[in-house]
Order: sequence, then C-alpha cells, then structure tokens
Amino acid sequence: MSEKLLELKNVSKVFRIGGMLSRKKLVAVDDVSLDIDAEEPVILSLVGESGCGKTTLCKMILRMYQADRGEIRLDGKSYSDKKEYDPRQFRLDVQPIFQNPYETFSMRKSVDSYLFNTAIRLGICKDRQKAEALIDETLHSVGMSLSVIRGKYPAQFSGGELQRISIARALITRPKLIIADEPVAAIDASMKMNIVNLFKELKDQYHVSFIYVTHDLSTAYYVSDFIATIYRGCLIEYGEASQIMDHPAHPYTRLLLDAVPRIGDKWEEELTLPGEEEKEYSLMGCRFSPRCPYVTEECRKKRPDMKKGCGRQVLCWHPLASFDHSSSE
Amino acid sequence: MLTIDHLSASYKTMDKDVLTLNDLNLKIHDNEIFGIAGESGCGKTTLLKTIYDITEYPLQIDSGKVMLTGEKNGKEFHYETGNIRKTWWENITYVPQAAQSVLNPIVRIKRQFLDSIPKEQRGNETEEEVLNRVKKYLEELQLSPDILEAYPFQLSGGMRQRVIIALATFMSPGVVLADEPTTALDVVVQKGILMLLMRLQRQFQNTIVLVSHDMGVHYQVTDRMGIMYSGSFAEIGRTGDIFRDPIHPYTKMLVDSLPRVGDKSQKAGIPGRPPALKNPPPGCRFAPRCPKATDLCRQEVPELVEVEKGRYAACHHNEREVE
Repeated sequence: MSEKLLELKNVSKVFRIGGMLSRKKLVAVDDVSLDIDAEEPVILSLVGESGCGKTTLCKMILRMYQADRGEIRLDGKSYSDKKEYDPRQFRLDVQPIFQNPYETFSMRKSVDSYLFNTAIRLGICKDRQKAEALIDETLHSVGMSLSVIRGKYPAQFSGGELQRISIARALITRPKLIIADEPVAAIDASMKMNIVNLFKELKDQYHVSFIYVTHDLSTAYYVSDFIATIYRGCLIEYGEASQIMDHPAHPYTRLLLDAVPRIGDKWEEELTLPGEEEKEYSLMGCRFSPRCPYVTEECRKKRPDMKKGCGRQVLCWHPLASFDHSSSE
Repeated sequence: MLTIDHLSASYKTMDKDVLTLNDLNLKIHDNEIFGIAGESGCGKTTLLKTIYDITEYPLQIDSGKVMLTGEKNGKEFHYETGNIRKTWWENITYVPQAAQSVLNPIVRIKRQFLDSIPKEQRGNETEEEVLNRVKKYLEELQLSPDILEAYPFQLSGGMRQRVIIALATFMSPGVVLADEPTTALDVVVQKGILMLLMRLQRQFQNTIVLVSHDMGVHYQVTDRMGIMYSGSFAEIGRTGDIFRDPIHPYTKMLVDSLPRVGDKSQKAGIPGRPPALKNPPPGCRFAPRCPKATDLCRQEVPELVEVEKGRYAACHHNEREVE
C-alpha cells in the first residue's frame, strides 16, 4: 500500500444542541473515512449543501476541532497525540484559505504584516530580510509582488487580489496540504477562474495537495482530481472527478448535478421542494431516503454499507452506475 | 412596461460623488423575465433601488427618471420616480438581497401577510377572508398553509425565501424586482425556487427583473438580459443570443470564462480589476482590461447602440450594423 498524506478513519463529530442539560445531539460528521495519497499532489473537492458538515470536517482536518470518534493522521502522525505531532510542526504542514478575503484580513492591519508574521513567528525565517525574499518569491507565484502590497490595507485591493494574497500567505510555510473553504464563493465571476487556475498551477509548482470545499459543482469539475460528496455528515460518494460527474452513482450526487444552472441545456422537469424538513437525524435507514426518488423498503429500514470498487465508493443500496466491474473508459 | 430614461445616480461622499449609474436607457417589456448580470459593485442593486424608488441619502438621482406604465383591472396607470412608492405591493414589489432576513423573526407569518396588504386594497374583506385567500395561494405554491402560524425562525432558508416570493406575488403585481433571490441557497433549493418564479411568471404573465451574478441562472431563467459593467450597460439582448454570440468584449470574455460541467478545457479569467467608481477612466470603462482597446476607447465613452435587431452594445469596435 502506498503512503498516505492524509488519512481519516471513521471520523465523527457530535455537537450537543440546546442548553447544558439538553440531550439533543447533532451528528455533524458521521463515520467519514477518506484518504489522500502522498505520491502525487491532488485536488480533492468536498461538495454538498450547506449544513452538511463540510466545514466541520475541514475544521477537524485543521485541528480546530477534535474528532469525537475515529482518527486523523497526517503523514502517518496522529492528531490526537500532541507529542507525536507537534502543533507547531502541524501549522507548517497544513494551512487554510478562507471564504471571504475581506474577513481573513483585519481591515486595520496592513496585509504584508500577515505575511511577515507567518514567516517569522512560525520560525521559517530567522530575520526580516530573509523573510522578505521568501515572501516576494511566494507573491510572484500568485501574480503579485511585495513592492505592490507593502503597507497597503485590505480595502485597497479587489476581492480577487486579496484572495491571491491569502493564498500566498498559506504558501509561505510550504505546506503539504491546503484547506480551501469556499475560496471563490465571494469572488466575482470574471476573476473566479484566475483563482481556480492558480490552484492547478500551484499544485505542481509547490507539490501541495488541496482540499477544495465548494457547493459550486462546475468549478469542482473543472479543478479537481477527486470529488467527495457529503450529505448530512456522511460521505456518500467518492471517486475520480470525471467518473463521478459523468456517471454519478448516488441519487443525491445526481440531484445536485441536475440542479446546477448549466449553460447549454435548459432545465426541463419540474422539481418540487420538500414541504417540511424531515427529522432526518432520527432516521433508521439511509439518510437520503425521504428525498430519494428511487427509495425502497430496504433503504428506509437499514443503513447502507459503503460499496467500493474501481477507485470509487458509494453509500447506497441501489447505486445508479455500475462500477464493480471495470468501467474505466 | 418599465421605462428607464437617461437615468444617472450617484452616492454622495465627503470628497467626491461615486457615479454608480451612468445615463442608463432601458425598456423592460410586459410579460418577460429580464436579467441583470454584472460583477459586484457594478450598480445592479443601485439600479433596482432607483427603479423601486428607495433613494435615500447618500444615494441620489442626478438626472433622468423611471416610468412604470400599464393597465390593471381595466384601469391604466402611470407612475414615475417620486411616486412609485404609492403603488408598492400593488403594481411593483421588491425581493431584496438576503431576503431571508427581511421577515421579522418574532412575528407570525400570518401577521406579516396581513400587514403587507394595504387597507384600501382589502375593501370590506375581514382578516379571515384575506387569510383564506392567502392559504389558497400558498397551496398553489406548494407550501403548506400551516406555515402561516409559524414564526420565521422556525422555517428553513428555502422556505423563508418561498414565503417572501409568495408575499411579493400575492397581489399579482405587474413588476417583481428580485435582487439575487437565490444567492445564499443550495443548488437544489435554488433550482426549486427559480422554477417556482418561472411558473408564476407564466401564470400571471407579469414582468420579473432578476438580478444575479450567476450567469448560469440567467441562462436558465431569463428571456432577455443586460450585462452591466461599472455603472452602465455593456450589452443588452436576448439571453440565448448573448450566450451564443456575445458582441461586447467583456461579455465575450465573461462567457468564455465560465466553467461548465462536462468540459475540462482550460479557461481563463479576465485580467485586471473593475475600475473604482470614484475615479473612473475617461473613455470606455472596460478599456484598461480590454485586449482590443485603442486610443479611441481610452478617450471616448462608447454609446449603447442597436447593433442588430433587439441587441444593443456599447463598444467602439463592433463592425455589425442594423439592417
């Protein structure tokens, strides 16, 4: 078996809702297993609707939340053991990029101070001069330069430019993994593609893997090597991007794909939204069963198992695409 | 019909005015969905606000006006900037951005429906009769009438958005202005709501002005659309034509940059950034980012002219002419 960069093993996160005495629980992430190979840098997209647990999962990978069950390993080192995996080293290995660049940077601080702080405080550069060289080099790879941004404040940049600086900041530590949580959701359409293309270039240039969290399936298709669909905290489908997008196996992935406002073919069939939110957390069977058009008795009663084959996984009793036998066209 | 006539509006600031709308001319016909697309800060929302006549300081109309004309229940009406307010709810409604937070969270939906219907409109009807009409209408929209008793905080984002749409269309106004109605929602819910809007439009034959930054939404929903860039229209035309054969370089680059499912070819964004409205370039505002720009572009503002039947573009470099 090849080396893994990131390994998630049956990871769960449970939040308690309500007051101190409340027993209500919300399973934000439920038994997710996922891994990223160490050999080649990849872009893995996490897609799903809001509230499905994408961000919670990211926060666990960023070590901001502790997993309630299961284990996360990076480079074979477990998160739960502080001695085995020093938080300082961890911050060098994994870096985040956030959704809204105007909220990433404080409006009262100049943006270059963030870059210097990252470089010096994390112990990559001993002095300011060395830091300057490193920062300038990193900024060049995102199409900016230190002389342009020195002393400027976030309000002086456009969203696209600021997001580039945010990406450069993450790259300063030369991380192995970058978690980008909806990085282009707040960026204008005309500049969105520049940012997305940047991910593709940086992946090879810096040998860094990305976890790209998004609800926008068209950019996910464009940029990613692998896609994982998440529904109500469960990983329901995982596989190569083109495989999943061209032949979705899970009915939910298909529903998501059909709902993308595409250019080229118009929507035809009517779609009726569920009238009320069902209590899906108390469901016995598959969590998607109340909304699934292909639902059977079996789905309602029993939780489906993860079916695996041909490098893809699906959590469904009746997958739409056959993938057990080789279908690698 | 909604007519926008030489409309200019600006935001007053301490040192300089921010010219947000520049001499806009537009006719939005009855019975169509008109889309307005553009990047953030290009004036989409300001345009809707001036149409809806909510110009409060620092926003100010410098010149021009908006006219709302038509016929309802056999009576002709004519309103223009300054008194459009009088016909709110009846002939024109507005679904604001982040519509999910416009409902008062601690007032029952039923009360909010009743409050939105002016006394004069109600005539002799009692509250109960009005509510019965509301219930019937909600059923048409596939919403359970039970939600009238609910508080907004008990409803999900998609439900709230549908309640807002129900509120906005209940009085069957001729014009519905919708500002990014689905931006904060998931794709599946977004599709449901857009389908609902389209169905209502077919049913009432009214006009919907839809503002969205998502070009995919425009392709799916709108009949005609206008592409705004930095406070003026770059191009106006039938939606299908704009996507098939864009005339203005900005539209062309924008359409080409859109990622599509099923297409892995390399896409490029548009270099540069939109100009600051406080200090716009003298000529065509797209010139600094345009690959075709010449000295003429940098000095003279191009006018929005009809290039083909029903298609307008503001560019010095179009060779096409009206037949």
